[in-house]
Amino acid sequence: MKILYLIGNYGLLMKQVFRKPCNRNMFWKQFMYEVDVLGIDSLGITAFISIFMGAVIAIQTASNIDNPLTPSYLVGYTTRESMILEFAPTMIGLILAGKVGSRIASEIGTMRVTEQIDALDVMGVNSASYLILPKISACLIINPFLVTLSMILGTFGGWLAMTVTGMVPSDQYISGIRYSFQLYNVFYAIVKTLVFAFIISTISATQGYNTSGGALEVGRASTKAVVYSSILIILFNLILTQLLLG
Amino acid sequence: MIEVRNLSKSFDDKLVLNKINAKFEKGKTNLVIGQSGSGKTVLLKCLIGLYEPDEGDILFDNVPVNEMNSNTKKQIRQALGMVFQGGALFDTMNIEENVMFPLSMFTKMNKSDKLERVNFCLKRVNLENVNHLTPSELSGGMKKRVAIARAIAMNPKYLFCDEPNSGLDPKTAVVIDSLIKEITEEYNITTIINTHDMNSVLELGDTVNFIYKGQNWWTGNKNNIIQADNKELKDLVYASKILRDFVKK
Ligand SMILES: Nc1ncnc2c1ncn2[C@@H]1O[C@H](COP(=O)(O)OP(=O)(O)O)[C@@H](O)[C@H]1O
Ligand SMILES: [Mg+2]
Repeated sequence: MKILYLIGNYGLLMKQVFRKPCNRNMFWKQFMYEVDVLGIDSLGITAFISIFMGAVIAIQTASNIDNPLTPSYLVGYTTRESMILEFAPTMIGLILAGKVGSRIASEIGTMRVTEQIDALDVMGVNSASYLILPKISACLIINPFLVTLSMILGTFGGWLAMTVTGMVPSDQYISGIRYSFQLYNVFYAIVKTLVFAFIISTISATQGYNTSGGALEVGRASTKAVVYSSILIILFNLILTQLLLG
Repeated sequence: MIEVRNLSKSFDDKLVLNKINAKFEKGKTNLVIGQSGSGKTVLLKCLIGLYEPDEGDILFDNVPVNEMNSNTKKQIRQALGMVFQGGALFDTMNIEENVMFPLSMFTKMNKSDKLERVNFCLKRVNLENVNHLTPSELSGGMKKRVAIARAIAMNPKYLFCDEPNSGLDPKTAVVIDSLIKEITEEYNITTIINTHDMNSVLELGDTVNFIYKGQNWWTGNKNNIIQADNKELKDLVYASKILRDFVKK
């Protein structure tokens, strides 16, 4: 029952969100603001996590190769593939669910409990569209960039770890990165990223928009936003992988 | 003028407003008073269209909202100004952007005209040099004044204030009250104010509607409220000891 209620609320809100923005200038202004706070602000954490993830994958792969006949360029290949297929889209998706999702839910939730959303509605502004559409758009535009960056930095992190430790020579690792590159895998990763971006922004916005009460409820909405979007990301990761690679 | 006829509103099973009738006059400060939780905010939110009444009619200048087409409703909306209890300023915007917001959203004014209007409204509420501050940098009284400035930016015909001086010190409360009164008379606005503050009642009460048990229990004005012979109203009016002692003398 509760789940039907949640889905119903979500559907109703999305119907309101995807109306034509009533003022295009104001939409762009909001959009640029969101790109800044949701996107640019996440660059640091994305870079940090990716470099370390890539380094760990490379070290694990290199230390698991027992057979002396296995060529060591495979370490570069494996790191690249793991980053592209799974770590960049899913890991960064989950991190952003935490960072961006809680931010969206608490910002909109605070606006709800302090009557800022009422103030918009009284003026005749479509508050759902005005507040949420720029956030969805910003996530859809920015997240693919973040994930692409993560793929590159992760692979670089692996190279860094290998050269610093001397586990795999630099030229071997680099030829591994070049080995059997499939653009389709990047396409698959970007599709996942777009779906995850949509999940994060819309689920969190719904939680925030339907908050009632006070500061405590805003906190709860923000926690729920992170939990629900993470669960959905994991679920859709499986579904999309089966659809696109299976 | 705004008129309310037989307005009822309930949430789930709880009847909050029960067949309210009231008239709010143009160019006057019309009050809705009652204890906390008596339904003042719900009534105001019905009037400004945030809540859908279960029953009854709301008339803006003799035209029932139910019979308005969407275009007329839009016009009415843009002629409404609302001052929310906590101010409801947009906290991602600075003061200038807050007051400018309705102008940017709904008019085709150019930037310098908008800025001129913003500065005029801020000056009208006695605020200057606050344009680039954020709402969190203002005191409670200043926030209320910015909220009033934003509400009058579009030259409203109807102004709604939800407990405009709650949470303010007595001196600032008087300043806000007289500001609302001046603006109402100067621009001939139909102003409706929710309050439970007796000071405001005696200051602003051109008309007074006392809400009790979801009904309009008593109607009058600041001149006859002190002598009113109504037990529940007296309980509210004479809740303050100062007033009790004053009237005894
Ligand atoms: N959105 C809502 N959902 C359910 N109950 C509400 C809602 N808004 C107000 N109420 C109830 O209506 C009653 C009147 O509230 P309100 O109008 O805020 O009182 P006040 O006179 O203090 O402004 C309260 O008992 C409150 O619990
Ligand atoms: Mg109230």
